Amino acid sequence: MNVSPLALLLWLWATALSAQGFAGLGTDAEGFAIPQQGTELTFPNDHGAHPDYRIEWWYLTAVLEGEDGLDYGVQWTLFRSALQPEAGSGWDAPQLWMGHAGITTPDRHFVAERLARGGIGQAGVVANPFEAWIDDWSMTSTAEAGDQLDALTITARGMEAAYTLDLTAAGPLVFQGDRGYSVKSASGQASYYYSQPFYEVSGELTLPGGTVSVTGNAWLDREWSSQPLAEDQTGWDWFSLHFEDGAKLMGFGLRSASEVFTSATYITSDGTPTPYGDGALTLTPLTLTDVAGRQIPTEWRVQLPAHGIDITTKPTNPQSWMDTLFPYWEGPLRFTGSHTGVGYLEMTGYE
Amino acid sequence: MRRAAFSALISHWRKHPIQLVSLVLGLALATALWSGVQAINTEARASYDRAAGILGQDELQRLEPRAGTIPLSDYIAIRRAGWLVSPVMDGAINLNGSRVRLIGIDPLTTPPQSAPVDLSGDGDLQSFILDGLLFAHPDTAAQIPDTLPAVRATETLTPGVIITDLSTAADLLETDSFARLILAPAQPINLLPLSEVAPNLLLVAPDEGNDIARLTDSFHLNLTAFGLLSFGVGLFIVHAAIGLAFEQRRPLFRTLRALGLRKSTLLTLLATELLSLALIAGMLGVALGYLVAAALLPDVAATLRGLYGAQVSGVLTLNPAWWLSGLAIALLGTAVAGAQSLWRTAQLPILAPAQPRAWAIASLKSLKRQAFVGAGLIVFAALLATYGSGLTIGFVLLGCLLVGAALTLPLFLHLALNLASKFSRTALSDWTLADTRQQVPGLSLALMALLLAMAANIGVGTMVSSFRVTFTGWLDQRLAAQLYVTARDETEAEDLARLLDGQVDAILPIRYIDAQIEGAPGQIYGIIDDVTYRENWPLLAATPDVWDRLAAGDGALINEQLSLREDLAPGDPVTLGAAQFPVLGVYSDYGNPRGEAILSLAQLREQDVAINGLNFALRLPETRIEDVTNLLTNAGLPARNIRDQAAIKAFSLDVFERTFTVTGALNVLTLGVAALALLTSLLTLSTMRLPQLAPVWAMGLTRAKLARLELLRAVILAALTAFIALPVGLALAWVLLAIVNVEAFGWRLPMTLFPGDWIGLFLAALIAAALSAAWPARRLATRPAADLIKVFAHER
Repeated sequence: MNVSPLALLLWLWATALSAQGFAGLGTDAEGFAIPQQGTELTFPNDHGAHPDYRIEWWYLTAVLEGEDGLDYGVQWTLFRSALQPEAGSGWDAPQLWMGHAGITTPDRHFVAERLARGGIGQAGVVANPFEAWIDDWSMTSTAEAGDQLDALTITARGMEAAYTLDLTAAGPLVFQGDRGYSVKSASGQASYYYSQPFYEVSGELTLPGGTVSVTGNAWLDREWSSQPLAEDQTGWDWFSLHFEDGAKLMGFGLRSASEVFTSATYITSDGTPTPYGDGALTLTPLTLTDVAGRQIPTEWRVQLPAHGIDITTKPTNPQSWMDTLFPYWEGPLRFTGSHTGVGYLEMTGYE
Repeated sequence: MRRAAFSALISHWRKHPIQLVSLVLGLALATALWSGVQAINTEARASYDRAAGILGQDELQRLEPRAGTIPLSDYIAIRRAGWLVSPVMDGAINLNGSRVRLIGIDPLTTPPQSAPVDLSGDGDLQSFILDGLLFAHPDTAAQIPDTLPAVRATETLTPGVIITDLSTAADLLETDSFARLILAPAQPINLLPLSEVAPNLLLVAPDEGNDIARLTDSFHLNLTAFGLLSFGVGLFIVHAAIGLAFEQRRPLFRTLRALGLRKSTLLTLLATELLSLALIAGMLGVALGYLVAAALLPDVAATLRGLYGAQVSGVLTLNPAWWLSGLAIALLGTAVAGAQSLWRTAQLPILAPAQPRAWAIASLKSLKRQAFVGAGLIVFAALLATYGSGLTIGFVLLGCLLVGAALTLPLFLHLALNLASKFSRTALSDWTLADTRQQVPGLSLALMALLLAMAANIGVGTMVSSFRVTFTGWLDQRLAAQLYVTARDETEAEDLARLLDGQVDAILPIRYIDAQIEGAPGQIYGIIDDVTYRENWPLLAATPDVWDRLAAGDGALINEQLSLREDLAPGDPVTLGAAQFPVLGVYSDYGNPRGEAILSLAQLREQDVAINGLNFALRLPETRIEDVTNLLTNAGLPARNIRDQAAIKAFSLDVFERTFTVTGALNVLTLGVAALALLTSLLTLSTMRLPQLAPVWAMGLTRAKLARLELLRAVILAALTAFIALPVGLALAWVLLAIVNVEAFGWRLPMTLFPGDWIGLFLAALIAAALSAAWPARRLATRPAADLIKVFAHER
C-alpha cells in the first residue's frame, strides 16, 4: 500500500524524479524525525498525524461483493506530506494533504483526487475521537468502546461515483515488521507501519447506473516515515490478501534496477503476525496488460513456501488505473491455487 | 516593350520628385496614424486579456460576497460540503508610492484553467508555499524591494500585478479572508446546492469580454475613430498625388498605346507601380506608426491606469498581425485612392487629344448633388442625436456629421465666392474671385480635409477644455479637506483619531466597503454628518433636506454614473450589497468608471462586513497644515501616508492631462496632414493653371502680383473653410460631451465655449494655408517668362 513516497515526491518536486528525486529524499531528512527500531507505538495517539515525519498515510482498501453478485473494490487514502518538520498553524502550516479515492467495478474504474493545505481545517487527522478528512471525504470512528479504529465510516465522492461504507473490525490491530518497525530496503530505510486487516464492510456505492449495496472485507494501513526508500528503488508491487479461512497476508516487492527486495507478514485469523524478511516471498508477473499506454503485469504468481502458499491472482478489472498526479495501478483481485480468497494489488513505477 | 514602357512610366517620378515624396509621405502618414492607434489598442487589449485570464475568470464561474470579503470559515464549510472551489485574496499594496495589485492563490486547489503561474519547476511549489515566492511582470518585478520575498519575473503576467501564495498574501495584505472563490469547471456528484451551502455568496458567471475591456472600450473606440479620421485625411493627399501623376502622364499613355502597348499591359504596369509605391509607403508607415505608438503608449498606459485602473505595459511588443494589417490598410488606401485614375486610364481612347483634361472640373450641378447628399447625412445625424442611443450610434453620428459637412463644403465655397463677386468693383477682383471659384473643385478634397481637421480640433478642444473647467471646479468641491491621512492599521487609526482630537476643525473618517451595487462591483462609502459635506459636496440632484435625511439613515447618495447606468433618480430604490435604499441624491464623480454610493457611517456599519477604515480627511486652517503634519510624523506616521489637498489635486489633474495627451497629439498630427494635403493640391494645380494665368500675365499683371494673388486665394479659401469648420466643430463638441462621454464614461459635462481658442485655430489655419501656398506661389513668381509665353505656342 505504498505509492505515497514516490507520489508525494513527484507532487512536490514534480520534475525531479530523474534529476534528484529519490536522491534528495534518500540522503537527507533535513531535520525530520527518523523511525527508530524498538519504539513502542501507542494508541489512540499514533492513529493521528506525526507532523515531524515527512510523509504519512491512512490507506484503506475494501474488496466488496454487490447485491448484484458483481465484484467491486473501493480505495480511500489520505496522504500527508510535510514541507518542514512542524505542525504549524493557519496559513503558515507547512503540511500538505492529498486524498485519493477509487471505485473499481468489473468494467469501470472511477478515480478522484483532492489536495489541501494543512492548518486551515480543510484537511487533517484527529486521533481521538478519530477522524481523518479532506474536504467532504472522511474516515470517522464510530467505535463506542475499544480502539478508535475498531469501527469506522468512510465516505468519498468524485465526478461520477461516490461511496459510503461502514466498517467493523473483527480482529486486533496488527504490527508490521518488528513491532511496527518495517524495513524497506537492504540498506536499512524503514517506516512505522501497522494495519487493521480485519474489517467487515457493508455500505453503498453510488454509480452512474444507480446505487449498489455491497458487503466484503477491508484493510487499513497506517504508515509514516521520513526516508522510506533506497535511492535506486523505482517502484513496487504490493499485495493485501484475505484468505477464505480468515488469515491475511501482506506482501510487497520493491523493485530496483538489479533486484527485487521482498517482505511479507502472514497474519493468522486471530491476528498473530509472522514477519518475513527479504527473499521469503516470491512474486512472479504472469500476464502483461496494456494499461494507459504501459505494459503492466496484472496477473501474478505469489509464493510464500513457509506457509505452503502458491497462488495466482486475477484482477477484477485489469484497467484499474489511478489517473492521479502521479498515476499508478490499484484494484481488487481474486486468487486461486493452494489457497483461495480476495485481495488488493497496488503497482507503481511502470513507465 | 514592357521594360521600356515601365521605365518610361516611372521616369515621371524622377522628373517630379515632390509628387513622389508627397504620395509616399501622405500614404506613410495615413498608415502611420492608423497603425499607431491600432498598435496601442492591440497592446492594451492584450494586457486586459492577460489580466482577465490570470485567474481564469474569463472561463470559470466564481463565488463573490455581496459585500466585503469571504471569511475562511465559509470557505472551509463550502469545501467540506464537497464543492471544488479555490480561494483568492485580492488587494493592493504600496510599492514605493505606487499601488500594486497583490493576488494570493492556493496552488493546491486552483483549477488548471486558472493557474496563473507555472510551479512545475524544481522546488517551485515548495518555495511558493514556504518562502513566499512572488511572481510579477518584469516591469513590476523591478519595483519590488528587497524587504519582500524573492520575485520571479514572468512575461505572461500583466504589469502591476503580483501573484503569490495565500500565506504570503495574508501577511502582506493583513487579511485572512478572500475576495472570491473560483469554481472548478467540473464538480462532484450529489452535492447540496450552492444556495444552501453558501446562501450569502453570489454565483458570478465567467466575465464576458472582461470588466476592464468593457470599461475601456469607449476609450479605444475614441482612439480608433481618430486613427480612422487621420487615415481618411491622409487618403486625400494620396488621391491628389495619384490623380496628378495620372493626369500629367496622359500624353505618355497615349504615346505608349500608339506605339502598340496593349491596354491591359499598360494597366498592369500602372497597377504594379501603385502596388510597389503602396508597399514602400506602407512599410514606412508601419515603422512610423510603431514610433508614434511607442511615443504615446506610456501616456495611454498612464491614462488607462488613472481612469480605469487598467494595467497596460508601457512597452510595445511587435505583433505580426498588427504590421501586416498596417500594410494591408496602406494597400487598401492606395487602391481606393487610385481606382478612379486607373478607371479613367482604362477608358482613355487611343486617339484622345494629348492635352490633359482640366483637373476634374465639376459642374455646379454635381456640386449641388454632392451638397444634397451632405445635407441628407447631416439631417440623419440630427435624427440619430434625437432618437439614437449607445456609443456606436454616437460615433456613427459623428461620422455622418463630419462627412456631411465636408460634402456640403464645395457648394458653400462656390456660393460664398458668388456672393463676394456681387460686391466686386474691379476687373481684377472679378477675375480673382472667378478664378478662385474655378479652383474650388480642384482644391475641394484638400479643403475638406482641412475642414475635418479643424472641426475635430475645435470639437475635441472644446470637450477637453470643458472637461478641464468642470473637473477643476469639481476637485475644489470634492477635496474640501486640507489633509488626507492613511493609518497603517486599526490601532494606529484609533491612536491618530485620539491624537488629532482638538487639533483640527474636523476629523472626517473615510470608510468604505467593496460591494455589489446593482449587480456590478463598486464601493459604498460611509460618512459622518459634517458641514464639509453639506457645503461642498457636488450634488447634481437631491431630495429636500438631503443631508439631514442621509444622516438619519433614510437612504443613500449615488454617483452620476450609477444614476445614468441604472436610470435612477432621487426617490428610486437602489440595491447596495444585500440591502435596498431609497436614492436621496446624485453627485458628480468624474474619473470613476464604476458605480458608487454613500450611506451614513452608522448605516454602513450595519452592513455586517469588514469596513476598510484606515483613512481620514482633516479640516483645518491653512496655517495649521504644517503643525499637524509634524504632529503626525512625530507620532510615527510615514510622510507618504499624509497627503495634502494640493498634492492630490496635482495628481488628479496630472491624470486628467495625460488622458488627453493622446487626443491632443493626434489632433495636431491630423491638422498637419491636412496642411500637407493642401500643399499637394496647390502644387498640383499650380502647374496646370499656367494656361489660366498666362493671359492675365500677358495683359500686364506681373508674376509677383500673380503670385500674391495665388497666396491670397489660398488664404481666402482656408478662411471660408475655417468659417464653416466652427459650427461643425461645436456640433462635434456637443456630440462628444452630451452623447459619447455619457455613454463612454457615464457622466455628462456642461459645454463651455472658448472663443479665444477659435481665434488661435483660425489663425493657425490661415498660416497653414499661406505656408502651403507659399511654395507654389514662389515658383510662379520666379517662373521664367518663357514658360508663360510657351502656353500660347504649346499644344495646349
